Amino acid sequence: MSLAMISPTLTDTKSETEDAVQATTAPVLQLVDVRKIFGDFAAVDGINVDIKEGEFVTIVGPSGSGKTTLLRMLAGMESPSQGYITLRGELINDVPADKRPTCLVFQSLALFPHKTVGENIEFPLKVRKMPAAERKARALELMRMVRLPESYYSKNVMRCSGGEKQRVALARAFAYDPDVLFFDEPLSALDYKLKKVLEKELKDLHRESGKTFVYITHSLEEAMVMSDRVGVMSRGRLVQIGTPEEIYTRPATRFVAEFFGEVNSFEVKREDQGAWTLTDGKPITVAPVGEAIGDTATVIVRPETMRFVTGPSSADNLITGKIYNEYSLGSRMQYQVHSGERIYLVEAARTAVAGISAGDTVTIGWDARDAIVVGD
Amino acid sequence: MAAVTHEDMASRTSALPAIPAGLRAAGPVVILLVLGFLAPLLTVAAYAFATPKSFDVFRSFTLANFAAIFDTSNTVWMSFAWSLAYAFATVVLLAVIAYPIAYGLNRMFGKWSGFIGVLFVFPLFVSENVRLYGWVLFFIKNGVLDGGLKWLGFSGGPEVLYTPGAILFGMLYVYLPFMLFPMSLGIAMIPRDLVDAARDLGAGRLMIWREIELPLAMPGILIGMLLTFVLGAGAIAESKILGGQSVITIAQDIEVAFTYAQNWPLGSALAILLVIIVSGLALYVLSKLDLDRILGKK
Repeated sequence: MSLAMISPTLTDTKSETEDAVQATTAPVLQLVDVRKIFGDFAAVDGINVDIKEGEFVTIVGPSGSGKTTLLRMLAGMESPSQGYITLRGELINDVPADKRPTCLVFQSLALFPHKTVGENIEFPLKVRKMPAAERKARALELMRMVRLPESYYSKNVMRCSGGEKQRVALARAFAYDPDVLFFDEPLSALDYKLKKVLEKELKDLHRESGKTFVYITHSLEEAMVMSDRVGVMSRGRLVQIGTPEEIYTRPATRFVAEFFGEVNSFEVKREDQGAWTLTDGKPITVAPVGEAIGDTATVIVRPETMRFVTGPSSADNLITGKIYNEYSLGSRMQYQVHSGERIYLVEAARTAVAGISAGDTVTIGWDARDAIVVGD
Repeated sequence: MAAVTHEDMASRTSALPAIPAGLRAAGPVVILLVLGFLAPLLTVAAYAFATPKSFDVFRSFTLANFAAIFDTSNTVWMSFAWSLAYAFATVVLLAVIAYPIAYGLNRMFGKWSGFIGVLFVFPLFVSENVRLYGWVLFFIKNGVLDGGLKWLGFSGGPEVLYTPGAILFGMLYVYLPFMLFPMSLGIAMIPRDLVDAARDLGAGRLMIWREIELPLAMPGILIGMLLTFVLGAGAIAESKILGGQSVITIAQDIEVAFTYAQNWPLGSALAILLVIIVSGLALYVLSKLDLDRILGKK
């Protein structure tokens, strides 16, 4: 469990990727043991996390993991049953949405269908009784920021395409000028290509605006592209939070590892002197093991760290098997290798596997450092 | 095999040339509407131009009926005025009465409010006349209200029966479901997210109502208003039963012309005029309100 709660300070040292936004250390948003209980069901079951100024944090989880409830509490549409939410040190548990300097971009976008693009964006400004001329100037400025042509100002918002609506919703949220922006998987309804474009634009916008973004999604892929830190939620709990790099290379649990997609996983047992064996007694060498792991665990080996072993090369763990089938993943190939009762997935660059095809008997292998031991 | 079926179908279509399938399917309904709806209406229109006090429909053409109506000595315009005034008052008052009910229903029952709204339509299963006579018994001297108050030691109820006010009361009572049902449907169609989003963007209750809830419920409200106005302008039972002839509505004038006076051409001319006035007003109001804009289709 200690791995599951990697402290934010530890995470800091790892997040120095080139385009990471310079974040100050003071948390803008702090959650302490936040719970939401419906009847006898805890939708959110004790979340602790500090979100720093200017950070892009994404919470991922399958549907029903409590991520939407968590976000609604942060945005002020639900209040927590227990725990504390503080914004810049101020307790905001029961501050209603309209009194919070935060703004949520809804999954449905919640654009006002009877208003034009301009009127939608100006709505929060109108609430503040900004004069019409000033409002329009600001709206046009925001439209430029989200790359909407000026001519859209008086266009009915329902006539915009999916991607354009997305931009309108973003501009409207920015018009409110919130301290923190929340996103409830607004990209989920878009087609793959447009999604990829908007993911990058959103990250650019985050960088340009310097605002704090908290994003929820069920797609870890989306989370990895955009975020400074990714939190993985399951059954109301935050299983792990860390940089995309950490989540990928050091998943805390089998759940986190498998959330990425296909992995090879083996049940293992700890023997005397700390060696590990598979359930059939074969020894397996693994990466250094965290303290929290018990005597039985799961070893995760990603298909892309498995490789075909030929000629003089070798690997810490070797298996001989037969290629049952091959799948093209575009620039990469994936192979299903059968060895005895076990099935292995091996992935490699297309150019590296010329001459290997279904039916071949092959030796596959992986190094100890790529065999990650996780608790269940 | 496929080719045979294809040929088969081709030969069958050629038997009924040039009539698209959709039109053929619509045939029965079209025939029903022409015979049941259009024909009577055209007959009435034709009667309006027939010789007064005759049954020479389709055989005579005269504007005498309209001349009689527009004659300065004729006071039938008062019936028009009363009917339209009552219809207008009913629409305005019902809008004010029904909106909070519809809003509350939606808040209480959410997506079930449409079903609850249907419950308000249940009284329609009982004849309007029967329900209005019920109110007569309630308001009449020594009736439920008056007698009940006297029994409790008061000096008795107010004498409201057979007054113009009683007519308005009756109309509000009878037409409430027609306003409430479309209105609550209109309100139920407002996505919850929009209200949440408006609040999240800082809007207060009044602002949300004015900017989001009211405009988005407008189609439902307008349909309710239109229904109530059209029905109200043709109202007759309320003035006859609760109003006791204190006010003559245009529908009553039309009825008298057709029955007691046996002047079908005059009755038809009045009916046609009523149709023109009511539909003209309704279309005028609808054209002033940008429905496309409200419905987000522009």
